[in-house]
Amino acid sequence: MIEEDKIKYKGKKGIPAMDANEAKIGKTGTWRIFKPVIHEEKCIKCRRCWLFCPDNAITIDKNGYPKINYEICKGCGICSNVCPVKTIEMVRDLHEED
Amino acid sequence: MKKTVMDGNMAAAHAVKLCDVKVVPNFPITPQTEFIETLAKWKVNGMWNGEFLDLEGEHSVMSAAVASEACGVRTFTASSSQGTLYMHEIMYVASGMRLPIVMLNASRGLSAPITLWTDHNDILAMRDAGWLIFFTQNNQEVLDTIIQAYKISEDEQVLLPSLINMEGFIQSYTREPVEIPDYKKVRRFLPKYKPHTVLDPKNPMCLGIGAMGKDYMEFRSQEHKAQLNAIKKIKEVGKEFGKIFGRKYNIIEKYRTDDADFVFVTTGAMSTTVKEAVNYLREKNKKVGLLRLRTYRPFPEKDIQKALENSKKIAVIDNNIAPGFGGIIYPEVRSALYGNKALISDFIVGLGGTRTGLKTFLEIYQKMSKDKKSKKYWLL
Repeated sequence: MIEEDKIKYKGKKGIPAMDANEAKIGKTGTWRIFKPVIHEEKCIKCRRCWLFCPDNAITIDKNGYPKINYEICKGCGICSNVCPVKTIEMVRDLHEED
Repeated sequence: MKKTVMDGNMAAAHAVKLCDVKVVPNFPITPQTEFIETLAKWKVNGMWNGEFLDLEGEHSVMSAAVASEACGVRTFTASSSQGTLYMHEIMYVASGMRLPIVMLNASRGLSAPITLWTDHNDILAMRDAGWLIFFTQNNQEVLDTIIQAYKISEDEQVLLPSLINMEGFIQSYTREPVEIPDYKKVRRFLPKYKPHTVLDPKNPMCLGIGAMGKDYMEFRSQEHKAQLNAIKKIKEVGKEFGKIFGRKYNIIEKYRTDDADFVFVTTGAMSTTVKEAVNYLREKNKKVGLLRLRTYRPFPEKDIQKALENSKKIAVIDNNIAPGFGGIIYPEVRSALYGNKALISDFIVGLGGTRTGLKTFLEIYQKMSKDKKSKKYWLL
């Protein structure tokens, strides 16, 4: 809590404007109810999950396995649905890490 | 200095020309039409060379104003009544993106029942939109306030849009002598516009980004701080304007309040009639004064407290109505004066342009002089 008088005016820095390349909406992962978990032992590195993710939340690591960015992933479940070997499991997310 | 006879709409058009405004998106509505007619005529005659955009409705007008200001171009627009309400949604975008647009509102009562005449419900509906809201008492002030508003709005300490109100018909269609300031002097007072953000395809920027939770609250607090900063800026700019053009402005106007026991608190053009009432009562040795609020947002709370610290009776004149409570300015003045022992009463007058004259205010004085308790009155 802060007294009104003590809030600092930040001038131009207090304007909701930024370079278009950096502009992002923040941690949308907090909206998630179900969380995709990849079990790598069955993964065949086909990259279908990476291709279908509507939020670019999946990247491929140097060993070729998909990795999920849980700060962005909203838990839509598309990756789990398109996985040909059904190795992406949707588990209820309790957001314990937040 | 030479004076020209003109109405409020034309005074605003002159201000647009003097401020070197480059874009005016517009949609006509009585009683603001003459502003558009004047600018359209000038555009055809080559007397003003900005972009004059005819759009399909006020929602688009405000959207175009946001877009052009975001491209770094000085923008102006004008509307009234239902038109201003139709802009309402985008007005929050303009202030949230901190774009210093200036707009004129020729106030007119809201429908239904439909009227063309003035009251302040349209402009006061914009209370929380984050815009600076100015009231003017005559056509000269319309011209002067628009010039000042650009300087205030574009200041880094403020960066918020401004809404300038004049009374529909009473100012917008009534001709008065107005002094048009020298163009070069205005250019010196109001330098070229330096935008904080420019939308340019070569250097892509994102304005009005998503901000969830805490970030949202942070930006809103910055907007509020900017409004508070404007109080100081309005006073500074008003003083500077006075030095250059000879007409000084403050955030409030005190008229014979120094030793006054009874003070009227007003906004807008009816203040000039109240001044007549004050003079009349002063001749009868009554200690009466007037406090005119020049801005409604930011609300000059401390200035009101100081100006009214010794008053015994305060009559707040509300040319508006919030159904279910009463006047809109009344609760704000009363809350600013919390702890003050003065009697504060509310008078709802002149809705939909109902005639208010010297008699109205003398009646208010007589009624309230006898009162022992705060009351709410309607001058039906």
